[in-house]
Amino acid sequence: MGNVLIVVEANTDGSLRKATLNAITAGQQLAKASGGEVHAIALAKDATALANAVKEYGVKVVHAASAAHLEHALAENWAPAIAAAAQAINAEWIGAAATTVGRDVVPRVAAKLKAVMASEILSVEGSGADVALTRPMWAGAVIATVKLAGSVKCFTVRATEFAAAEKSGAGEVKVFAAEAPARQLTKFVGFKEVKSARPALTEAKVVIAGGRGTKGDFKPIEGLADELGAAVGASRAVCDAGWQPNDLQIGQTGKVVAPALYVAAGISGAIQHVAGMKSSKTIVAINKDPDAPIFQIADYGLVADLFKAIPEMQAAIKAAK
Amino acid sequence: MPLKILVTAKRVEDSESKIKVNPAGNGIVGEGLKYKINPFDEIGVEEALRLVAKHGGEVVVVSIGTKDVHEQLRHALAMGANRAVWVNHTGPMDQLGVAACLQKVVEKEKPDLALLGKQAIDDDQNQVGQYLAEWLGWAQATFASKEESLESEAEKSKTPAIKLAADGKSISVVREVDGGLQTVESPLPCVATTELRLNQPRYASLPGIMKAKSKPIEELTPAALGVDMAPRLTVTKMVPPPARKAGIKVPDVATLIEKLKNEAKAL
Amino acid sequence: MNFGLSDDEKALQETARKFAREVMRPQAAHCDETSTFPKDIIEAASDLGLMNMTIPAQFGGMELPHVAQAIVAEEISWGCAGMATSMIANDLALLPIIIGGSQEQKERLLRPFTTGFKLVSFALTEPGAGSDVAGLRCTARREGDFYVVNGTKQWITNGEYADQFTLFCTTDPSKKHKGLMCLAVEGRPAGLTIGKHENKMGQRASNTVTLTFEDVKVPLANRIGQEGEGFLIAMSTLDNSRPLTAMFAIGLARAAMEHAIDYSKQRQQFGKPIAEFQAIQFMIADMGADIEAARLLTYKSAWLLDDGQRNTLVSSYAKRFAADMGMKATTDAVQIFGGSGYSREYPVEKLMRDAKLIQIYEGTSQVQRLVIARELLKGA
Repeated sequence: MGNVLIVVEANTDGSLRKATLNAITAGQQLAKASGGEVHAIALAKDATALANAVKEYGVKVVHAASAAHLEHALAENWAPAIAAAAQAINAEWIGAAATTVGRDVVPRVAAKLKAVMASEILSVEGSGADVALTRPMWAGAVIATVKLAGSVKCFTVRATEFAAAEKSGAGEVKVFAAEAPARQLTKFVGFKEVKSARPALTEAKVVIAGGRGTKGDFKPIEGLADELGAAVGASRAVCDAGWQPNDLQIGQTGKVVAPALYVAAGISGAIQHVAGMKSSKTIVAINKDPDAPIFQIADYGLVADLFKAIPEMQAAIKAAK
Repeated sequence: MPLKILVTAKRVEDSESKIKVNPAGNGIVGEGLKYKINPFDEIGVEEALRLVAKHGGEVVVVSIGTKDVHEQLRHALAMGANRAVWVNHTGPMDQLGVAACLQKVVEKEKPDLALLGKQAIDDDQNQVGQYLAEWLGWAQATFASKEESLESEAEKSKTPAIKLAADGKSISVVREVDGGLQTVESPLPCVATTELRLNQPRYASLPGIMKAKSKPIEELTPAALGVDMAPRLTVTKMVPPPARKAGIKVPDVATLIEKLKNEAKAL
Repeated sequence: MNFGLSDDEKALQETARKFAREVMRPQAAHCDETSTFPKDIIEAASDLGLMNMTIPAQFGGMELPHVAQAIVAEEISWGCAGMATSMIANDLALLPIIIGGSQEQKERLLRPFTTGFKLVSFALTEPGAGSDVAGLRCTARREGDFYVVNGTKQWITNGEYADQFTLFCTTDPSKKHKGLMCLAVEGRPAGLTIGKHENKMGQRASNTVTLTFEDVKVPLANRIGQEGEGFLIAMSTLDNSRPLTAMFAIGLARAAMEHAIDYSKQRQQFGKPIAEFQAIQFMIADMGADIEAARLLTYKSAWLLDDGQRNTLVSSYAKRFAADMGMKATTDAVQIFGGSGYSREYPVEKLMRDAKLIQIYEGTSQVQRLVIARELLKGA
């Protein structure tokens, strides 16, 4: 009883996705609270390498499910395998990082097991029968404590709220035989990567984000981002206008980021944007409008034209190197 | 091939409303709140209307709740949905209860496609579409989006982003996933859930609003559908998010860099 | 008594509010600055049914109750009063046909407005006849199956873009109001000259021109009502439209109050937000109370029409009170903004310029007082 199964996720190149390590930490907290152990399941066409990549991060067993139908993270193919593995280890908790894969697949696992689920959990509280989870509601305007009833429960993890699991001795890798579903439903057709040489938005230590004030010109923002090895983000207005790919949108309905430093340039600070970046450690706002709401949440505000201030910052940082 | 599409219209607090936790910490302050259709559901209604405009068919909208949800059903009807199903329920419900009601309605209506918002902007769970698909044994295509921007010609001409195959047996969906756009093909019947940039929903026109008055709203109850609504997810406490301490304004870039280095240690 | 909005009214209000916020507002400053008539926005409004609201259902229209129309009018004026004036111009110009037209005329002259985008202008005012409607000089001479029209019309909303004109003229100026007649002029007949767009103080998004008629032939079939019925038709039209213009003032005042509240909470003087000073609070308090009073009065004037009652007195109360209230509220909003309020960088001075016109058009505040006094004194 009390065992936890964490679904491992890979990057597009097959390497271990960092958010999985944050999910493992949440799994470890739940295992401790429920008196169980953490298992993981890696699913891929050949999951061996992925399973080996994750086995040292404080998991007892990594179940390596290798099969052709598991190549793409299609929920209808993954969910039966994850549910079967969970039943095999008597899992009480099944979870993953709240990535698009986790958010797509884990609810389907929960449905299969008639389990209830909490999405994007922020913390684990209590122990034994009193285990509770906290999670955001109303775009983070409310932090709710929830209790889930039943012998099996599911969850996804907001990666920015849990530290990444650290290496702590090798776990065991076990092969898990996943049966192909009787009928193939959704078919993978293709994937178009939104390429960026910069670090992934959700994993970057520094994020430079631009809003409507850029009028679509992201050159200064990209320049500063490159100087700092930072990721580039954007407000919803920018993505809606097609000035930047949707993938760069920060906000409640886009990416939720929590870097050490967040620079908002020409972003007014709409509530829905703020929901996606307010957990950042230090927030800098640069805006021409002294009354822009973004200044209310910024640690450091500079009333200035971003086309002047951002290149100046870049030059100052370069000079100090 | 005409399509029958089931869409949802959850009643949620207007995103412009200020959400505040009540003093008892067990709910939000209801005073001054405005309600509207969940924006992701509204995107689903729009996509369904575009699909039906292109291929023919019918759009049926469902909502679960007290009679207040008629406002949201009427909104979808005013946008152009053909008829509505109201599952009359008072009291708490969780995603399992909602998905179970929808499953029963789907089994009754037998649509080709159930098009739901990916999440509701009140509980932000992002689960019901996936539950529904699994319980129906259907394919799921979550986070439906499109490659074109919301200012593109395709959007202006109200072209559906979800493409129906020539044989009418499957749909092609561009999914917004981490790192890019994934295209999948799902056999009908299936469940799809909507992302923000799938489309820009139309306004309910005044003639549409007047016409909606005469469109039928069928009343059902969870009991009649054989669904137990007792929630298994309980919210035991609500608190506001931790407040940030007030920041300062800096006069120039030099001061900003100095503060970031020495005070915040962020550089 | 019930002061709440019905579900339909709430739904109409939501659509109008959304359109005002998302489509009209973002273009309002630009259209004001450049005095541009935003034809695309007006067309979008028409598509949504925010125009031509009065056309009877029998001819394909929405036949929206007057209270519902008033609700829409407040919202679109909140978005931009200039655009709102251009939007409501159609209803103003179609009313004479609804009031005085034959079945055949309604079918022919109203229905096209329910199937596509068309504009129609209300042409009453002249250089020499503003408040004195009976003194108009534009003449119509009967020649067989035609009238031949000569004269000049001034301050004609949407004139440059109109597909149709509802023209008030006289068969005999010496007969004063008993000589007035209404004609529907279609298209651009020979002899009709459209003047240049007026450079106005406010409501600059609305197109305003002078029309010159030189021997313009209008078919007899386009005479609305009989010769001599023009005055009654015009007055009855204004009874119907007065609640809408009153609502324009309310929309403007509400916009001004919202800006004033936001600004006064942000603007710091003497170490605190100016919203904490009573001098500012009192101005805002008056705005709130006056807006609410004007709205209730105007709703009543519209409700009387929906109830089949004559509303001349109450609609003049409403137009007079709301127009003067709108002027005061927008002026106070500029005051609260101080120097910024006087700058075109901020939105409140536009509201003040827009509000001024509402004290002038469709019966000045002084004419409303005359109507009110006449109504009050006649029974005594």
